[in-house]
Amino acid sequence: MSALSLLPARRPVPGVFVALTLALAIGWLVVLLDGGQLFNQSTTVSLLHVAAGLGLVAVGQTLVILGGSLDLSVAYVISLSTLVAAETMNGSDGAILPAIGLALAVSAGIGLFNGLLVTKLRVNAFIATLGVGLLLKGYLDNGYDGPAGTTAPSLVQSLGYQRVGPVPVSFLLLVAVTAAVWFALTRTRFGHHLVAVGGDPEVARLSGVRNDRVLVTAHVLCSMCAGLAGIYLASRLGSGAPRVGTEGLYDLESIAAVVIGGTALAGGRGGVIGTVGGVLLLASIDAIFNQLEVDAFFKQVIRGAIIIAAVAVYARRAMRKAAA
Amino acid sequence: MQTVQRRTLPLRLPRVRPGGVLPILAILAVLVVLVGIRQPDFLAPPSLMSFLGRSAPIILLAAGQYFVIVSGEFDLSVGSLVTAQVVVAARLIDGDPTRTWPVVLLLLAFGALVGLVNGLITTRLRVPSFITTLGMFLILVGAVYLWSDGAPKGGLSEEFRRFGRRAFEDVPVLGRVPYALLVLVVLAVAAVLLMRSDFGRTLVAVGDNPRTAELSGVRVWRTRTFAFILSGLAAAVAAILLGGYSGVSFQAGAGLEFGAITAVVLGGVALGGGRGAVVGAMLGALTLELLFALMNFYGVSGALRSTVQGAIILLAVAVSASRSSSR
Repeated sequence: MSALSLLPARRPVPGVFVALTLALAIGWLVVLLDGGQLFNQSTTVSLLHVAAGLGLVAVGQTLVILGGSLDLSVAYVISLSTLVAAETMNGSDGAILPAIGLALAVSAGIGLFNGLLVTKLRVNAFIATLGVGLLLKGYLDNGYDGPAGTTAPSLVQSLGYQRVGPVPVSFLLLVAVTAAVWFALTRTRFGHHLVAVGGDPEVARLSGVRNDRVLVTAHVLCSMCAGLAGIYLASRLGSGAPRVGTEGLYDLESIAAVVIGGTALAGGRGGVIGTVGGVLLLASIDAIFNQLEVDAFFKQVIRGAIIIAAVAVYARRAMRKAAA
Repeated sequence: MQTVQRRTLPLRLPRVRPGGVLPILAILAVLVVLVGIRQPDFLAPPSLMSFLGRSAPIILLAAGQYFVIVSGEFDLSVGSLVTAQVVVAARLIDGDPTRTWPVVLLLLAFGALVGLVNGLITTRLRVPSFITTLGMFLILVGAVYLWSDGAPKGGLSEEFRRFGRRAFEDVPVLGRVPYALLVLVVLAVAAVLLMRSDFGRTLVAVGDNPRTAELSGVRVWRTRTFAFILSGLAAAVAAILLGGYSGVSFQAGAGLEFGAITAVVLGGVALGGGRGAVVGAMLGALTLELLFALMNFYGVSGALRSTVQGAIILLAVAVSASRSSSR
């Protein structure tokens, strides 16, 4: 049991990619019949931009969920990070590195706090990160009414809008982060320990894993990913935005992307590649509906239905596997 | 197997029974004293009665959420359900008093239906309730905006609004007793009786250990689905009271799901199920509301409300968690 769960790398490609291929094929056909073109330059670029923002958050979220935890504070961490980055830069290119460093450090600090609450004080992750999110919300609501700070122009040009062919630099950043996290999960001791802790904390502890340390690390990395997403959004928007995280529903959507990607919400099973598939699926559906000029509210209805349906399919499969 | 073993690890507690209501009563008492020092008028019957009436919706939502949480699940859809109910009510009634009662019945049925769907998807399709109700949240918000083209239409009749804003006047001693308070008292008593019935015990057993419950002949899926229906019904009643009190808007129910979950946890109910009392959950909601009133009296800016709320939650939960985990 534990030997199996220590080998996440040997799992087959998650079914989310089948769904993604299907969605893109059907979407392409429907858009074509509608007289449009799904895979032209501008839709592809905007699809990848959407995926980059959500993807960075969701990759981090994968880590904590794999460890049996959860992070509901990411939306506020994103907003805070855009503000820290944009205000530190204040429009000057020279301040890019300190600004990015500071934004990541602040995010890491929040992650550390989350992690300590969950492990040392044994607060349920849902409540702990909800509480931390509320703390941050109060700070943001109290201090900011609207956009603040200015992102350095060269960062806007590079991370915000630069692209290689149809692929934005930000998406390449997501690919790099995903690769790093994939490596950490499948090839390092930390990754194996994290999956073990998520699978069964008691067994992991008895096998000599330092559960607390592993989970705190996962929380720090998760918040840093959210911080990175914030830096990306700041360079996309040109300034810090105190509501961008919550308005984008990044907290709930990132969790949805992780679960659609085949990671068990209870932890211990899944991987980061599936998460990227989930993110791409959500972004593709978005792009298809945009092409068809579907009402934004209707889009949300469909989105909710798809999230439930996707997870129901996984649950069916797991049940059949358990029966076999 | 493993879960069974873990459950039976003895949780020896010094004084307080796990899931008991003593801690929340203590916090509530401290808050009452603080309020009494700052604003003695507040504790006089008239303002106290109207405060309790105002708090009725969130207390009912907390009770509804309690049923779901104690059975081991979550309901994140209640906030959006309240919004949907209020907007639907306004559009259907459209100021016509004769439609009041049919619409009230329709809202209750709608709430129960949403709960039923949540419950069936969670239990029969085995989708984690976090995802089910999150999806339901997106669907309800999207649908209600779609249906009303982005702005609420119609209006509530005065008959509909009286549940949330009118009161029995000239009651001896108490003065003015809001209808909402009466609704709250009746439903709270019903909730307590329900938890003392066979159903209540089954519900807690299911949350504590679904496998054991299943093996002892409980139909776990049916019990949990019923808990979701109760949560949907609570949301319907809360929507009727809230719509009457504060009117129609897309923000009517925003954030109420987290408020209710917070209240339940403050009341000593364990997330994951199996522990805690419905009275605790309702007292948790009352405490939260009193805390907000207190912050008002001390002139804390509205924007900082959530910071204080967050700090209190973390503190309360950390204290109770560190207690129950001390071996």
